[in-house]
Amino acid sequence: MARAMPELQLAISDFLLKLQRRQIEGSFDSAKHTVLLLRQVIVQHRASHSGQASSFIDAVKTVGARLVAASPIELAVGNVVRRVLHIIREEEVSIANNTEDEGETTFDSDDNNNSDDDGLPVLSAAVLAAANRNVLRAPSLHNLLESAVIPAVAIVSSSSAGDSEERSRSSEKNSKGWKLKHSIIEGINELLEDINNNHAQIAEQALEHIHQNEVILTLGHSRTLLQFLREAKKKRSFEVFVAEGAPRYLGHTLAKELAALNLQTTLITDSAVFAMMSRVDMVIIGAHAVMANGGVIAPTGLHMVALAARRHAVPFVVLAGMYKLCPLYPHNPYVLVNEMKSLSQILEHEESMEYIDAALNVPDLLAMNPSFDYIPPELVSLFITDMGGHNPSYIYRLVAEYYSPEDHSLE
Amino acid sequence: MDSRRGSRFVIDPKIRQVGFVPAGCESENPNASSAVAAIANVDVNPTSDSPSPVMIPPRLADPLPRAAPLPVPSPPPRKHTSVEIPLQGSYNPTDSVLGTSPPFSPASNGRYAGVPSSEGPDLSPSFVSRASSAMEGMSLREDHLGSPSASRFATVGEYAMFKQQQPQQPATAVTKVYASSLPQEPVQSFAPVGKEDSSKPLKERTTKAERRAKQEADREAKRIAKESAGAKVVEGEARASSNVVGKASRAQSQKKDSASEKRLSAVEKASEKEKKKEIPAPRMQFDDQSRVAKAKKRALIEQTETKHRVELFRHLPQFVYGAQLPSLEAKFFHDDAMHPHPAVYQVGLQYLTGDITGGNARCIAMLSAFKELIKDYCTPRERTLIRDLTARVNNNVSFLTTCRPLCISMGNAIRFLKTRIAKLQLTLSESDAKSLIIAEIDRFMQEKINYADNEITKLAVTKIKDGDVILTYGSSCVVETIILHAFSLGKKFRVVIVDSRPKLEGKGLLRRLLGRGISCTYSHINAVTYIIQEVNKVFLGASSILSNGTVYSRVGSASVAMVANAFHVPVMICCETYKFHERVQLDSICFNELGDPDALVKIPGRKGLSELEGWSQSSHLKLLNLMYDVMPADYVSMIITELGMVPPTSVPVILREYRKDPILENFATFGKDSNPIKFFRASLEYYRAC
Repeated sequence: MARAMPELQLAISDFLLKLQRRQIEGSFDSAKHTVLLLRQVIVQHRASHSGQASSFIDAVKTVGARLVAASPIELAVGNVVRRVLHIIREEEVSIANNTEDEGETTFDSDDNNNSDDDGLPVLSAAVLAAANRNVLRAPSLHNLLESAVIPAVAIVSSSSAGDSEERSRSSEKNSKGWKLKHSIIEGINELLEDINNNHAQIAEQALEHIHQNEVILTLGHSRTLLQFLREAKKKRSFEVFVAEGAPRYLGHTLAKELAALNLQTTLITDSAVFAMMSRVDMVIIGAHAVMANGGVIAPTGLHMVALAARRHAVPFVVLAGMYKLCPLYPHNPYVLVNEMKSLSQILEHEESMEYIDAALNVPDLLAMNPSFDYIPPELVSLFITDMGGHNPSYIYRLVAEYYSPEDHSLE
Repeated sequence: MDSRRGSRFVIDPKIRQVGFVPAGCESENPNASSAVAAIANVDVNPTSDSPSPVMIPPRLADPLPRAAPLPVPSPPPRKHTSVEIPLQGSYNPTDSVLGTSPPFSPASNGRYAGVPSSEGPDLSPSFVSRASSAMEGMSLREDHLGSPSASRFATVGEYAMFKQQQPQQPATAVTKVYASSLPQEPVQSFAPVGKEDSSKPLKERTTKAERRAKQEADREAKRIAKESAGAKVVEGEARASSNVVGKASRAQSQKKDSASEKRLSAVEKASEKEKKKEIPAPRMQFDDQSRVAKAKKRALIEQTETKHRVELFRHLPQFVYGAQLPSLEAKFFHDDAMHPHPAVYQVGLQYLTGDITGGNARCIAMLSAFKELIKDYCTPRERTLIRDLTARVNNNVSFLTTCRPLCISMGNAIRFLKTRIAKLQLTLSESDAKSLIIAEIDRFMQEKINYADNEITKLAVTKIKDGDVILTYGSSCVVETIILHAFSLGKKFRVVIVDSRPKLEGKGLLRRLLGRGISCTYSHINAVTYIIQEVNKVFLGASSILSNGTVYSRVGSASVAMVANAFHVPVMICCETYKFHERVQLDSICFNELGDPDALVKIPGRKGLSELEGWSQSSHLKLLNLMYDVMPADYVSMIITELGMVPPTSVPVILREYRKDPILENFATFGKDSNPIKFFRASLEYYRAC
């Protein structure tokens, strides 16, 4: 396989390297790159004829596992890999159903009892797989509708299985394989579009949440947030407090961008968040990732902001595209879903050398510079996603909607 | 005594509960009627003497100071007239204008419950009006409890006032008197009104509210008189006996009256003034155009207001930072009366440039500068030292304010200095007065800052154990000494220093602690939620602690305390009591200090990050460099002061009890022979024992 697709391997290793070196950072960029890469994987993948879908799944899983391992903190990578796997599984099922439907419509559209003889064994296998999956999958409205179709199909297939023949099977399979691949790629393109459009879709809801003269507090920088506020600014005028967000100080960038939008912007220090919170109407932040329990992985400092918001009974709103939704439950997220950044971000080099000199007799001078905070779900008032607003308690449901449970572990 | 015994049941604990029974029960109770009669007796001609300008010796020798270091359920602090530590043997009660009483045993709590108005027969020198004799008569019957404390109700007027404030109680005199035996807040609240009454001849200025209160009191008194007139018929010898005793004691006390009255009223007047002073004066609001204009006229130099004013903080001075420097420099060579003393000038510039930071350091620098000022001071012709020096100090203080707004502890120190100057005896020679003031300043620095720090360190060190991880925020000199002291005691612990922009004061602390060989972890404030999980104690300093228990300190402390609270880590605030202040504050907006906004632009060590260069071009972008924030009291586990470790709810108690600066005061009172430090220590031990 490696011989067959050198350019793909090149792309993968390039992306891996970038992830490892943290040259690609942020959930949006990494998610987008991952989708593009996985699409490439699908496009270039020559599936064996037997078990098309599973071979796609295997291929995506192997690449996905490597990507996730390269930067475990970029949860969006893993999310997107799982989304792609889910797409493959969905497409597999829908192709199976479609074939059934097609058979019904083309051959004997009037009579449901007479169905296509060809490909029935494959069909029944797919149907069974789908049925199995439905057992595994948590119930959802979508699944319920799906499963309403499946029994009928299953009955039909079993009844007509007896007189099935093996003619023109390979050609049929080829066309089906092509169809599957095609629809998977289509699904991935949709996903890509979703990711690209998620800012806009979240921003569309801005006017429902921001009123005139509102005072909004945020920390650090978030593209989603910027667009959200930009959209709201078109109709309303309000004020924004931006905490600078040490150690990256991206708040400076956001403050400048917001001021350029003619929004009343006040840059405050991170330490002043508690002091200012008493005059704030809403806290809006962009998340790094949303865990399945509704907890949020966000840039460091936001847990403090969330606590201050709760203290002052200020709504704490998290903007998150669906690709940030992670199907995993956090376990010790402060340690396991975190990353220590360089000491130089908080202590200047000369300074730290001086300290180390001073501390020669003390072996331990530690400088803690974690990059993420975990905000427990009880501190979050609302998630605004591209699929609408949700309570933290509802997130697990969304997870069931977008991910297949068998993909939660990529190994 | 027998006659008294006969009426003892008036305050008998069992019967005392009668105070809560409805009015109907009253007639069955002979005590009740006797008490009524006592009042009725007095108010024979209620119209004539209802204002009853009677002075009662103020409550004295309260055992309350001992309540100060205790946690919340302290007895309600009473009328504050003089705080006296019942410790000193050298104290001669007869010397005091106010009279005295022996220190109470803890059992004398009964006093709160049992004795509503216990005029000791031996000390009722101030009874001049007949109105008060009613109370006297009653109290005579009650003093078997042996608590010759001053009357809770100075006058009938007061008493009536009290009654009024208890409308839910059945309106009989008896029940009122009984009710008065309960330690209820209204007692304090109207006490000053009574005083107002009494000092009226001396002091005509009464506010509208006070006049009205008085009027109502009178009316009430009349009503009581009428009521009791009816009751008079019912009661018999109890009245007679109490009357006799009352008269006897009055006759006894009357002798002293005329002499002590004058003195007392003077004292009362003074204490009332003091009371007024206790209410903190409103702060200068910089959005008040007229006041700002006035202040500008008085100002030493012109300050330019910044164009990028943060609207939320219009009430605070928002000048262009550092712009006053050139004009200050120019001013230096002007020689006029307004000119600050060179030492003060130097200190002011050091404040301005940030060379001296931290509440204690600033306070000590200021006081030292004032010492220089006083040393070099000589009274101009035809001026008195007291007035002129006060004016001079005011000038210098306003100079310091233009350099950087004063912090609350400095305000307290200045207040102390001014009262010292004001209290100077006119007979003192200039050099004596100067050396006295300088000695007082020295003592203040010694006792209130240095000694207090030592004491806090000793207390706080007991809270550090081997294996602890201690978190501190920014750089507090008290916390630093605590850490160093604990380390020198051989305790093994780790220090987590949390720091924040723009001052990054923690770096200095980190350097100093590492230099001593203490293991440190350094982090920024955003990571505090991460780091707090391995921390088991938080020590914070404070700029000031306000009367409602909120801690006013370096911005970010509140966040740290909040996070610690959320993770159930105890938060200990180390603060000297001279930083306590009567003010109350709920949020960090209403009063604060704004730093230089430009300090936010540059990020040390990040050359690439200069997003905000030229931020002032944008009219929509404001930078806010808040200096302090307010930590709600519920985040504070304990406040470590030199007087002990107290909960934040005890702050007002400490303020109340130490407002008059008992240590210095008493030292002055008890003669120069005793050693102040010894005295201080003794009182400290006493408080701690309690």
